[in-house]
Amino acid sequence: MQKQTIILLKAVTHILCLLPLLSLYRFYSSGALALNSDPINFITHFTGNWALWILLASLAITPIRRISVRISWLIRFRRLIGLYAFFYATLHLATYLFLFSGYDVVAVLDGLRAGHPAVIFEQFRQVWPYIWDDVMKRRFVQVGFLAWLILLALAATSPAAIMRAMGGKNWQRLHRFVYLAAAAAVIHYWWLVKTGVLSPWKDTAILAVLLLARVGYVLLKKRSVSTTKVVAAR
Amino acid sequence: MQRNYARGYDPEIKSADITSESSFEGFRKQRRLLIAGGASAVGLGIAAASRLSSYFTSPDTVHAQTLTSTPGKFNTSENQTPYAKATSFNNYYEFGTDKSDPAKHAGTLKTRPWTVQVTGMVKTQKTLDIDTILKHRPLESRIYRHRCVEAWSMVIPWDGYSLSEFINLCEPLPSAKFVQFVTLVDKKQMPDLPFGYDWPYSEGLRLDEAMNPLALLTFGCYGKVLPNQNGAPIRVVMPWKYGFKNAKSIVRFHFTDKQPHTTWNEINSSEYGFYSNVNPKVDHPRWTQARERRIDNSLLPHYIPTQMFNGYADQVAGLYNGMDLKRYY
Repeated sequence: MQKQTIILLKAVTHILCLLPLLSLYRFYSSGALALNSDPINFITHFTGNWALWILLASLAITPIRRISVRISWLIRFRRLIGLYAFFYATLHLATYLFLFSGYDVVAVLDGLRAGHPAVIFEQFRQVWPYIWDDVMKRRFVQVGFLAWLILLALAATSPAAIMRAMGGKNWQRLHRFVYLAAAAAVIHYWWLVKTGVLSPWKDTAILAVLLLARVGYVLLKKRSVSTTKVVAAR
Repeated sequence: MQRNYARGYDPEIKSADITSESSFEGFRKQRRLLIAGGASAVGLGIAAASRLSSYFTSPDTVHAQTLTSTPGKFNTSENQTPYAKATSFNNYYEFGTDKSDPAKHAGTLKTRPWTVQVTGMVKTQKTLDIDTILKHRPLESRIYRHRCVEAWSMVIPWDGYSLSEFINLCEPLPSAKFVQFVTLVDKKQMPDLPFGYDWPYSEGLRLDEAMNPLALLTFGCYGKVLPNQNGAPIRVVMPWKYGFKNAKSIVRFHFTDKQPHTTWNEINSSEYGFYSNVNPKVDHPRWTQARERRIDNSLLPHYIPTQMFNGYADQVAGLYNGMDLKRYY
């Protein structure tokens, strides 16, 4: 694959990954968000959904590229897409902290315009008990936060220099936690919907397929290695 | 210098510069793959964008018939939720589990002809036509706070008359202690009926709760006939209880001496009690009930503290004297 083509494709990937955010902005600027009855809930679900979908897309790269050596260059997009998953997960967390928690963004902006920067912290002090309550009591919040923490660690160690400093083996060990993050994200989704609501099943099925593809690949490789050994022993 | 072009020979082209046939094929394959990949990426993007665009479509304006009603008692003067929001953000699972689903799908509900059965412990079992019930008493407009168990709330003007007047028409026997509201289930009118639920949706009240003057038998909202997604043609509204108690599109009133089975309580009794009175002191396992997001005409809904019995304690607290409301949530 030519370097130029990769650059071009990376640009396309950036655009595709930013489209959801752009559409959210369009939703706001067109006034449609104001018509939405529960915009906070809408933004929370929107950013959460896209974080999960993009994380699943990043997990799809390895099994897909194994199909053929000719598409092994796909690996060069994995980090980029993974970082976008972290980006949307962070927007999701920020939505929770600054909108869902009851943090009054409008009051803060008014306060800032009036020259009272302390309003940023005052608002936070007001909503902090609710956030703390959630973190201590509600398992769907805990498991979602765990997923974000893992993604944070992976994003922080994503530059090539850090990877070299850590050593490939250690780096890989750490980055295998992405499976835990994806599982935690799906569990977060199941635990937050009402009993009987089955909307997370699609994400669950996709994750299961992606994980099973890896298990299948390892088993297949083991079998082919052992066959080679048998042939060699003869 | 003479050049022999006859067989495409050009001495200035070195053999190393000539692309071999096999690698040319390889390049062509790769290019095809790239084009295919790019095209599918763009396709996915467009598909995603078109799905997103469904978020942008504003709910259809409902050209509903107006109802004649007179201002009732117990009206709140708080800012009303805009009609467009109250009719596009609904929990009516028979038409889909997303809150935007009912407004999109409930058009298939047929509200005429419609009959309501009165069964169980009553003087005489009967079937009443919706228009008979509608004309039984003059309609009042009552502006109530509406508190959903999901911690959002609205202020909605409902049109109807006290449920007690209808119950008197039903003539329950003295032995009847509860009333159950059984709602419509019809796969033909509800093609999106989710599986995994024990349809029909059912709710219920203790008879003394149902006789409380606040309980409203409802036919309209905002001075218009109820839109289908809001539970046309007949529903109940008990403003001191969480919204899911307010059964929609009722087809049967059943009087009994035992606590009736109620849908959400049966699905998850730790999250949804039979009483489900609005109570800021009893949290839902997944969120606090001490506050609510009030949906009105501001862009971002603001949080307000939730009141005991949704602010109707003066009217209804007496119904629960001596009851441990932490246990009977």
